[in-house]
Amino acid sequence: MIALDHVTKRYGNTAALDDVSLTLGDVGVTALLGPNGAGKSTLFSVVGRLVQADAGTVTIDGRDVAETPSSDLARTLAVLRQDNHIAARLTVHDLVEFGRFPHSKGRLTVEDRDHIERALDYLDLEPLRDRFLDELSGGQRQRAFVAMILAQDTRYVLLDEPLNNLDLRHMTEIMRLIRQLADEWGKTVIVVLHDINFAARYADRIVALRDGRVVADADVSGFMRPDVLADIYDSPVEVHQIDGKPVALYYE
Amino acid sequence: MLIDVVEAPAPPRRRLTWSSPAVRIGMLGAVVVALAATYLFTDIPGSFTFALRVRSLTIAAMAVVAVAVGVSTVVFHTITGNRILTPSIMGFDAFYMLISTVIVFVAGGVTFLRTDPLTLWVVQVLVMVAFSTLLFTWLFGGKRRSLHLMLLVGIVLGTFFRSLTEWMQRMLDPLDFQILTDTAFASLTRPDPTLLAATAVIVAGGCAAIVPLVRTLDVLSLGESAAVGLGVNHRRVVMALFIIVSVMVAASTALVGPILFFGLIVANLAYSYAGTFRHRWALPAAALLGAVFLLAGQLILEQVFSFGASLSIVIEFAGGLFFLVLVLRKGAR
Repeated sequence: MIALDHVTKRYGNTAALDDVSLTLGDVGVTALLGPNGAGKSTLFSVVGRLVQADAGTVTIDGRDVAETPSSDLARTLAVLRQDNHIAARLTVHDLVEFGRFPHSKGRLTVEDRDHIERALDYLDLEPLRDRFLDELSGGQRQRAFVAMILAQDTRYVLLDEPLNNLDLRHMTEIMRLIRQLADEWGKTVIVVLHDINFAARYADRIVALRDGRVVADADVSGFMRPDVLADIYDSPVEVHQIDGKPVALYYE
Repeated sequence: MLIDVVEAPAPPRRRLTWSSPAVRIGMLGAVVVALAATYLFTDIPGSFTFALRVRSLTIAAMAVVAVAVGVSTVVFHTITGNRILTPSIMGFDAFYMLISTVIVFVAGGVTFLRTDPLTLWVVQVLVMVAFSTLLFTWLFGGKRRSLHLMLLVGIVLGTFFRSLTEWMQRMLDPLDFQILTDTAFASLTRPDPTLLAATAVIVAGGCAAIVPLVRTLDVLSLGESAAVGLGVNHRRVVMALFIIVSVMVAASTALVGPILFFGLIVANLAYSYAGTFRHRWALPAAALLGAVFLLAGQLILEQVFSFGASLSIVIEFAGGLFFLVLVLRKGAR
């Protein structure tokens, strides 16, 4: 379990996280929604020990993030961030190899190689393994980063807007993959999304943030209601049932 | 499919071809040895043993400086995530000149020349390390963690030091000014053996401290957030690396004078020559390329220009051209 207990993080005078208490990781896929500036990325940064909370504690499986050695946490929790610019020129294989760093500190064992091969294989990256990252399309790059996370072999996987800059086909591809990570690999995935309908289709639980606070936390049927959605986004949202699945229409 | 253990292929057996970094580094090592031998044995006037002794000291100084500048520039690139910087942005060269100028200005050129070189060296190293560490902890290691702010402050302070130096130099009497000008150009010939030994120990110590961190350096090149995600204690490691870099650079600058100019060329050539981002190869490549540049530069200086130029001019001109060719060729591909 990832537990946030009265966590506050301020940038200047604005609170990116305002006294948030939240437990994540009870179900396979949890989607984190909310308007821009709601504090989603900050929440990931605090959990991923990239920034320190001003107040409150974050624990992962009962261990305080601020006090547990970073290398131990890296074997429990993997974070894929939005901005993955890398100055060095790496191949896909090099990148995936880095996923094993928390386990082997760079000296690859047979087991490490096995993890790397499985991750490459699972994401169909075998033909691209020697290509440089800057020679890949957006979707291929994203797959390579997911493969690295997979090789890291952690219980918890945090993905910050993995659908950014992807086209329709690659968006569904990544979402299906996230579902498989939970169902087949037994991982607990927490993913920041912008599209309500992707969240409704693929997540088990949806948490919405706004102005640094949790404003909704429910399963899909409890979340996909016009009143709940209108409250979060400050604009009217209709919800229709199509083939028995709720679909939000927010184009009006 | 998931339960199957995919048979991991044995790590591919690297054949010894030009594409293997080990071969490339080996070739570079051979070039360095050949250049060193050329430098040692050409045009020996008078006593053979005397010339050999003096020249081996110069070669030792070049080796120490090449390692210090090459290694520290590559490490600095990695921790700042930027490949167009050199540690001189922290004001090492400017500070070095300021310290010398202040001493000449206050105590006079004769006192400057009479000062025990070891004392001068120690003072310069300490002041440079203290200053750069302060700048770094304040703007990069502290709460702000802003690279751009650090660079900006570094550039502004560097300019300030240079203006201050210039202002003081204008008020010096011509003889003092002459003495000072000699220190403004890096000179690798006839180093003081005691200082050379002290610098060598420091640089060797710095390298020994970096060796266990080469794999962590690879991870750092992914950027801060990825490195933290992979369990690197970013703040502590970067701080440690920075202190190592600044001690190495300060020691070699205090030994031979402002020398960081060719770090940028050497490091960037090393990346493309080694053909891999891995520090295991990039670091030795940078050190060896540094040695090639210094040796070749000194040879050209002596044979072609008969000491009519300075080493920095020779290296920057030749290295700069070489670098441009490389960049243009890459762009055309």
